[in-house]
Amino acid sequence: MTTAPRPAHASHDLKGSPFARFVAATEIDTRLMGMAGALLLIWFGFHFYGVVFNGEGFFLTPRNLWNLSVQMCSIGVMATGMVLVIVTRNIDLSVGSLLGFIGMVMGLLQVEWLPPSMGLGHPAIWIITVAVGLSLGALIGTLNGVLIAYLAIPSFIVTLGGLMAWRGAAFLMANGRTISPVDTNFQLLGGGPYGSIGSTGSWIIGIIACAAVLYGLLAGRKNRQKHDFPQRPIWAEVFMGALGCALILGAVLVVDSYYWPKGIVKAYAEANNIIVPPEGLFISLGFAYPVLILVTVALLMTVLMTRTRFGRYVFAIGGNPEAAALSGINVRWMTVKIYALMGMLAGLSAVISSARLTSATNALGQTDELYVIAAAVIGGTSLAGGVGTIYGAVLGALVMESLRTGMVLIGFDTAVQNIVVGLVLIVAVYLDIIYRKRTK
Amino acid sequence: MNKGTPLVEMRDISIAFGGIKAVDHVSVDLHPGEVVGLLGHNGAGKSTLIKCLSGAYHADSGQILINGQAVSINSPRDARAQNIETIYQTLALADNLTAAQNLFLGRELVSSRGFLDESTMEAETRKIMGRLNPNFRKFNVPVSALSGGQRQSVAIARAVYFNAKILIMDEPTAALGPQETQMVSELIQELKAQGLGIFLIEHDIHNVMKLCDRASVMKNGQLVGTVDVNQVTDEDILSMIILGKKPAKAA
Repeated sequence: MTTAPRPAHASHDLKGSPFARFVAATEIDTRLMGMAGALLLIWFGFHFYGVVFNGEGFFLTPRNLWNLSVQMCSIGVMATGMVLVIVTRNIDLSVGSLLGFIGMVMGLLQVEWLPPSMGLGHPAIWIITVAVGLSLGALIGTLNGVLIAYLAIPSFIVTLGGLMAWRGAAFLMANGRTISPVDTNFQLLGGGPYGSIGSTGSWIIGIIACAAVLYGLLAGRKNRQKHDFPQRPIWAEVFMGALGCALILGAVLVVDSYYWPKGIVKAYAEANNIIVPPEGLFISLGFAYPVLILVTVALLMTVLMTRTRFGRYVFAIGGNPEAAALSGINVRWMTVKIYALMGMLAGLSAVISSARLTSATNALGQTDELYVIAAAVIGGTSLAGGVGTIYGAVLGALVMESLRTGMVLIGFDTAVQNIVVGLVLIVAVYLDIIYRKRTK
Repeated sequence: MNKGTPLVEMRDISIAFGGIKAVDHVSVDLHPGEVVGLLGHNGAGKSTLIKCLSGAYHADSGQILINGQAVSINSPRDARAQNIETIYQTLALADNLTAAQNLFLGRELVSSRGFLDESTMEAETRKIMGRLNPNFRKFNVPVSALSGGQRQSVAIARAVYFNAKILIMDEPTAALGPQETQMVSELIQELKAQGLGIFLIEHDIHNVMKLCDRASVMKNGQLVGTVDVNQVTDEDILSMIILGKKPAKAA
C-alpha cells in the first residue's frame, strides 16, 4: 500500500502463492517489509564484516544499538515533517540551517541571557528554552510558508535562500563562538545515562505499548464487524499482535542490557553514598529521552496524517492541487501550516541535537537537510507528491543512521561514507520506482 | 416551464483574463427540473461562465441569484453551501485517494472526537455507488487504478451524494463508452425528475437534443442566444454555434 491513507479494509483473496496469501491476510505493507529486510541486511552485514575483518562485530551490541537509537532522533523528528512538505510537492532545504540558528538562540538564551536574572540552573530555564525554540521554529516556518504560498516563490528557492541565510544568522548571533555548556536539565533531552528512563520505566512503557497494539487490533476487528467489512483471518491477527509485541519487548531488552559506563557509575555512587560491589554496579540505561520524543512525535504525526482532515488535505493537495482547491480546501493556508509544523519540528530537533552535544555550535545541523530529505525519500515519500508515510520516514532515518554508524564502526572515513550514502540513496529510489511499477 | 422564480439566474456576468474577455455580459437562467445545455466552440467561455457559479472563479461584474436572492460565491465552499455541485471536465479527483476519500473530500465525516470516520464514509460510498454503478467494486484502491468510466462515476457520486439542488456537468460523457454514456443519460433524466436544475456543457448535438430542455449558445465569450430545444432543429443550433446567429423563427 503505497498511498498513505489506509482504506478501511482490504480484500482477502485466498489465491496466489503462500507469500501473496500471507501479505493479503496480514495486510502488511510489502514496501515496509522490503525496508525492514534492507535494515536487517545492513545490520547483520556490518556486524559480520566486523567479525570477519576486525575479529569482533560491534554493530549488534546493546551499546551500539542504543547509540544508534539516540543518534537517529534529530533526523527522524525532522523527517516526519519533511514527509508533509514533500507530499505536497514542495521541499525544505533550510531545516539544517534552521536547526543551527535555533540551537544557537537556545544556547545563548540558557547560557548568557537567562542565568543573570534567573540564576544558573534555575529549573524553569530549560522549559523557557524549549518553548522559545519551538516557537521560533514555527515562526520561521510560517515565514517560509507565506513566501511560498502567498508570494508564489518556488519552495526550492525560498528554502535554498534559508539554507544560506539562517546559517549566516547562526554565526552572527555569537560571532562563531561555541556556546557551552547548556543547562543541566536541558542536557537530559539529548539522552545519555542521566537522560534515559532506566530499566523499570522502559519495561512499563514496553508493556503499555504492547497493550496498545493488542487494543488497536481488537478495535479494528470491532469496527470492521460494525460495517460488515471482511475480517482478517484470526491467525493473521495473532501473528500481527505477536510480531508487534516481540519488536517492542525486543527493543526494551536491548536498551535494558546496556549499562551505565563505569566512570559515571563511580561518580554516581560517590555522590549518593552507594558502595559499589566488587563485581561492579550494573544500572540499565533504558530508553533515552530523545527516543521517547521521536516515538511520540512519530505517533502524533501518524495520527495527524491518517486520522484527521488536515492529513487528508495534505494528501489531496499532493495528489491533485487543483482538485483540492475545487473541493474547498484552502491550499495556500495549508501550505503555511505545513511549513510552520516543519519549522517547529526543526526547533525540536535543535533541542535534541544541542542537548546531546551539550553545546550550541555554528556547525550544528550542517547538511542535515540532505539526510532528512534522503530519509523521507528512502522511506517511500514520492517527490512527485501525494505519497508518503511517517513510519517510512522514521525507518528511512534509521537506515541512514545505521549506514553512517556502521561505516564509522568498521573504520571507513568520511569521504567513503559520503560516497556510500549517496549511492544508497540513488539505488533506494530506483528500487522504489521498480516496486511502484510492479504493484500498479 | 419558464414560469416562477428561476433556481439560478446569472445576470450580466463578465470576467476577463489579462485583457481577454472570456465571458462578456452573459445572462443565463435555470429552473427546477430543467436541463439547460451550454454550447459553443472550445474557448467560447462556457466553462469559465460555469466556474463563476461553482466558485472556482469570481466574476468581474454581474450578479448571481439563487431562488431570487442575490448571493455572493467567492469559493467552492460558498457554492457547496448553496447546494451547487459540479462535475468538472477533468473530474477533479485526487488520484492518490480512494473513491470514498474523494467523495467526501472537503466534507469528511468525523467522529465525536474529531477524527475521520473512514468506515462510515466507505459504507456510505458503497451505498451511493451501489445505486449509480452497481458493478463498482474497487473501494480500496486509489482512483488512479480505475477506468475512465469508473472515475466518472466517482465524480458523479460526489455531486449527487450531497443532495445537490443545482448540478453543473462539464462534458460528463466526453471520456465514456456508449454503455456508460447511456448510464449518465438515464441519471440526468432521473435527477431532473427529482427536481434538480442541471447546467450541461455538451458538445454532442444529439445528446443536447435528447437531454436538454433549453440550450444557451455562446461564441467568443458572448451569448448568441437561448432557445427551447423543442422549437428548433439540430441544424438551427449548429448554425448558432458556428455562425453565431440566432435562428429567426425561435423565440
